[in-house]
Amino acid sequence: MRLQPSNRRRFLENATKVGAAFVAGAGAAQSQSPATEKPAPDDPTQAPGRPARPYGERSRFEKSVRNASGTGTSSLTPLQDLKGIITPSSLHFERHHAGVPDIDPSRHRLLIHGLVDRPLILTMDEIKRFPSVSRIHFMECSGNGFRARATAKTVQEGHGLVSCAEWTGVSLGLLLREAGVQSGANWIVAEGSDAAKMTRSVPLAKATKDVLLAYAQNGEAIRPEQGYPLRMFVPGWEGNIAIKWLRRIKVVDQPYMTREETSKYTDLMPDGTARQFTFEMDPKSLITYPSGGQKLAGAGFYEISGLAWSGRGAIRRVEVSTDAGRTWRDAELQTPVIPIAFTRFRYGWKWDGGEAVIQSRCTDEHGDVQPTLRDLVKARGENWGYHFDPIQPWRIQTDGSVLNALA
Amino acid sequence: MRSLSACALMLALSGALPAQSPSYGFGRPPKPEEIYGWDIAISPDGKELPPGSGTSAAGATVYAAKCAACHGKTGKEGPNDRLVGGQGTLNTKKPVRTIGSYWPYATTVWDYINRAMPFDKPGSLSADDVYAITAYLLNLNDIIPAGQVIDAKTLPQVKMPNRNGFIGDPRPDWVSPH
Repeated sequence: MRLQPSNRRRFLENATKVGAAFVAGAGAAQSQSPATEKPAPDDPTQAPGRPARPYGERSRFEKSVRNASGTGTSSLTPLQDLKGIITPSSLHFERHHAGVPDIDPSRHRLLIHGLVDRPLILTMDEIKRFPSVSRIHFMECSGNGFRARATAKTVQEGHGLVSCAEWTGVSLGLLLREAGVQSGANWIVAEGSDAAKMTRSVPLAKATKDVLLAYAQNGEAIRPEQGYPLRMFVPGWEGNIAIKWLRRIKVVDQPYMTREETSKYTDLMPDGTARQFTFEMDPKSLITYPSGGQKLAGAGFYEISGLAWSGRGAIRRVEVSTDAGRTWRDAELQTPVIPIAFTRFRYGWKWDGGEAVIQSRCTDEHGDVQPTLRDLVKARGENWGYHFDPIQPWRIQTDGSVLNALA
Repeated sequence: MRSLSACALMLALSGALPAQSPSYGFGRPPKPEEIYGWDIAISPDGKELPPGSGTSAAGATVYAAKCAACHGKTGKEGPNDRLVGGQGTLNTKKPVRTIGSYWPYATTVWDYINRAMPFDKPGSLSADDVYAITAYLLNLNDIIPAGQVIDAKTLPQVKMPNRNGFIGDPRPDWVSPH
């Protein structure tokens, strides 16, 4: 996704309601000032604490937040602050094309029609009566990573459009069987009820294989920015295809060539042809600690830690290099390793205080190895930008500061 | 006999029920008007296009009022996505992707304007307006002549310059010398 910040900003200044709401939202998020808060008591054992409350919040001393883009159309997960493999719903990245709609679930409907024997309209209550499925999966925006090549200083700025959560919903294959798919059907068209009415075509084979219509995320209702009350979750495929605020599934004979699968989310090759329907996210890994913008306290032991994932299955191996790619050693993988999910890796390292370049590379269950940027430019030229997943090197300077070595 | 009972066992284990009859009975059939109001995705053959028509002359007026503020007076000036020009640039170092140079189907232009534009008031344009703006943008890109009427029949027949410019994706496409 090639964002043009200055153009977008100018547009927002002209925009009416939606733009104004974004600006107001951004202001509110920054208004919590720690200076006005009461300090914590010197000894918390000397007085009773606060009573229970109905909906939990993290400690007021925890400040990790998503980075909102200047345009209000996305916010990035603070990957450097995550532990383990689950992204809390409040920190799951968001990306939308016309704002987050406000939807009353009691009035929301899903229409299934097209090449089916029994077109259906379902309420949310009815959708939740079907047998349910829960799965842990990463989701990555098609445009994630591209900023790491240009301006990004941190892992959050460069790669924060990826997160991992437990998703619960109903199998789309089950709903399609319920509607009775007719012969001649090869694709579905999924459509959201946001102001962009985001629409994507999905091959029927994938739709009936493992796609979920999700209404829950990490144990509670999915967040509005994730598609409340219903989103299509397409495991391992680029995030844009996971239509949020889902209102319609049409079973059709061919892809509908929507704007988001022709004009956008396609990649130009050097000869002027464009690759289309790049669905699966390739194997990718990142060291999240130490990473860009952080500062090491001095020579000594550090646990290098990071995340790896592949849209095609399980991560089999992650290797770490601390000498600019000359030698590589296996990192320890957190178990269980879940297919199409974040895999946490860890690698104990003794920093000698000298300049160092650290990086990770992963291999998935099919033997596909995460490439370098040079490998990708060789294969695709310079005019592409989606599915940007090369090895990310971080340069540690002698003062302990960590820089993005890809930019 | 053995294969029949194995089949029945598999069905019982997987919870699967016969494929072509409803198993749960939730939901209801939609009314025709409920489908019609939402059936707005336009296929390349244009079968969902509604009645109506427009020409580039009519489109110029609507475009100036509803589109030019974001896309520029002639579709080239921005500040938002450029809509006009760029033909012949896709294989250069600075490709310019517009409706004229990049979009493979004219039906997508109609679909997207109808579904999402204008950005601050999507869904506010009439079918005639959308046909007219589409005709105007196709004419600005030298794809149709000025007088051509664009409607449900003519739009799917418009041949876009980059119609054959899209290819599948052969990933994994990189060679790792690791």
